[in-house]
Amino acid sequence: MTAKRKRKQAGPGTLAGATGAEVFEAMLRAEGVETLFGFPGGAVLPIFDVLYKSPIRFVRSRHEQGAVHMADGYARSTGRVGVALATSGPGATNLVTGLATANMDSVPLVAFTGQVKSFLIGNDAFQEADVTGITRPITKHNYLVKRVEDLGRIVREAFHVARTGRPGPVLVDIAVDATVGTLAGEPDVEPNLPGYRTRWEPNMKQVKAAAEAINAAERPVLYVGGGVVIAGATDALRALSETAQIPVTTTLLGLGTMDESSPLALQMLGMHGTATANYAVQECDLLIAVGARFDDRVTGDIETFAPHAKIIHIDIDPASISKNVDVDIPLVGDAKEILERMNEYVRPQDRAAWGERIADWKQRYPLRYETDGDVRPQELIERLGELTDHDAIVATGVGQHQMWAAQFYGWRRPRQILTSGGLGTMGFGCPSAIGAQAGNPDKTVIDIDGDGSFTMTMVEVITAAQNNLPVKFVVLDNTYLGMVRQWQEMFYGRRYSGVDHVCPDFAAIAEGFGAKGMTVASRDAMDEALRAMLAHDGPVVLHVKVSPEENVYPMVAPGKGLHEVDLGKLA
Amino acid sequence: MKHIISALVQNQPGVLAHVAGMFAARGFNIDSLVVGRTEDPELSRMTIVVIGDDRVLEQVRKQLGKVVPVVKVRDFAATPCVQRDLMLIRVHTPPPKRPEVVELVNLFRGRVVDVARDSVLIELAGTEEKIEAFIDLVRPYGIRELARTGLIAVPRGG
Repeated sequence: MTAKRKRKQAGPGTLAGATGAEVFEAMLRAEGVETLFGFPGGAVLPIFDVLYKSPIRFVRSRHEQGAVHMADGYARSTGRVGVALATSGPGATNLVTGLATANMDSVPLVAFTGQVKSFLIGNDAFQEADVTGITRPITKHNYLVKRVEDLGRIVREAFHVARTGRPGPVLVDIAVDATVGTLAGEPDVEPNLPGYRTRWEPNMKQVKAAAEAINAAERPVLYVGGGVVIAGATDALRALSETAQIPVTTTLLGLGTMDESSPLALQMLGMHGTATANYAVQECDLLIAVGARFDDRVTGDIETFAPHAKIIHIDIDPASISKNVDVDIPLVGDAKEILERMNEYVRPQDRAAWGERIADWKQRYPLRYETDGDVRPQELIERLGELTDHDAIVATGVGQHQMWAAQFYGWRRPRQILTSGGLGTMGFGCPSAIGAQAGNPDKTVIDIDGDGSFTMTMVEVITAAQNNLPVKFVVLDNTYLGMVRQWQEMFYGRRYSGVDHVCPDFAAIAEGFGAKGMTVASRDAMDEALRAMLAHDGPVVLHVKVSPEENVYPMVAPGKGLHEVDLGKLA
Repeated sequence: MKHIISALVQNQPGVLAHVAGMFAARGFNIDSLVVGRTEDPELSRMTIVVIGDDRVLEQVRKQLGKVVPVVKVRDFAATPCVQRDLMLIRVHTPPPKRPEVVELVNLFRGRVVDVARDSVLIELAGTEEKIEAFIDLVRPYGIRELARTGLIAVPRGG
């Protein structure tokens, strides 16, 4: 966030005489919280008593992991801070996967947990767990609140830390007596964060050096990550790409920053990226990384990554710079601000030769798949993109279906894909889609899921049904944990160990959960099923029986360089 | 290479866990870590000795800077500074050997702070090199017990 966008925060109103629970609720409203995802329990009873009469909408999940993923999906799709609430002990430990997921992907999230009475902490009390200890390495920051006097300030700090700088999850563990106690006077709610830095003034010398490098480059490539989504830098990025005719490849989390119908879009790079994106990176003479962190799934063998390139790296997190690769021109700061300033010095160019080279790759190595009577997951996702005008919000689980969604949906705008990139959390799709629908009531929200991932958290379909959240769950059933099976096929001599299973009747389960259930098993019936699903005005689970041993290609095998991309049997 | 990192941190519960946890999670090795109060009651100073190459140390500094209650981080590798480590060491000294040991203590400007029948407890402050040298010299007599504070450092004036 830049200083320009920083607004004066509304005060919570007078808090003198309020209980801690009332302070909590007032502070949430002052932070603009409209929706809260959670699950009640003993240590948060005073808070739920206040929520009983609060205008804040409460969405009850069926499991705390569901609640935190919902808050995550809400945050990724809206850009606002997602908020989750759980009780002490097991309620809190059930948040762990969701917090780690949000932490790896820099998602602004505040999770509140109840804690046993402050004088019982450390006594192994009923439903006690050292939640700040457990969550310290998987949050941006966390707090234990023992006194009602500190609660207001800490809530404000938590939201501030979650949404500023490189965003991330913040956990606030509140002892139950701090929610019951009352305030004698007006509390000081001003943040006390003397060491917390949110803003880096762009170094103009470096900005100009970067622009000059771009002007001098013959074969530049923009490599764009989730940081551009977070910074709201899409327009500045597209302007740079257009002006200087720089092709753009994105990470999984950067999908949508580039309109993939543009000739300048190379789609995703890395392990399952397009051949064009990977070849372009390997041949480029200048790599401009924006809000991306040179993750191992992106770079492949780091020794052979972008061997001819000078590297510019723009990131708001100084620790991301020169962590994995040595950078020639580092630029710390807000991606939008830096790109806007840089654009003033970048000369328009046509770069015809580079453009032709890229167009040639695109033509020779498009993303492909086989077609026969089976439903091919790639084709289904491609059709889903067309039928929704490439405008739906799409959540995914983790595995083959996630990669196919990334490759075939056809992304047009940021905040469109909700996927666990860093942690790779199976089970993320169903609840995150529900959270996104709660924050985007007028959008079509689809969970493109795998049978393995979906089964992990599908209980939340109940939450969708009971809250009238019309999410479309598309479950691609190949009777395997497909990605693990693919690795066993490719690297373990087809010894399929622990990956095959019989799927339940997902449509019947959906009906039992109060949603609409549908099943499709042939290519001929696919289009009609997708249309019927999209036309239904409530939540739908579409059970799709797909070709069982489909593999994700292209693939850069682990340890290989991006230029060694395997195009699969259709190459 | 050995680096002395000095971090000013907010004097709050849990701050040590935040810092130590970050070092553990990122696989950085701590040689010693000292926490103490400063002239400002709101702030504490952590002096952390870390061994690593320049790349590791750059990450240590940056990751430390990201820990929310950490206010300021300095690396004293290139800064002239006064460094002190404090040691308490009990050395085995049967009465005939005692004068030799006491002489060593005097040479090192240490102090004998407790005398027992066959041992002395010695207090010695100084740079790590000085402390190590003293330990080597008294080792043949027999070290009964040893405690060190770890290094603290403040840059020289001017």
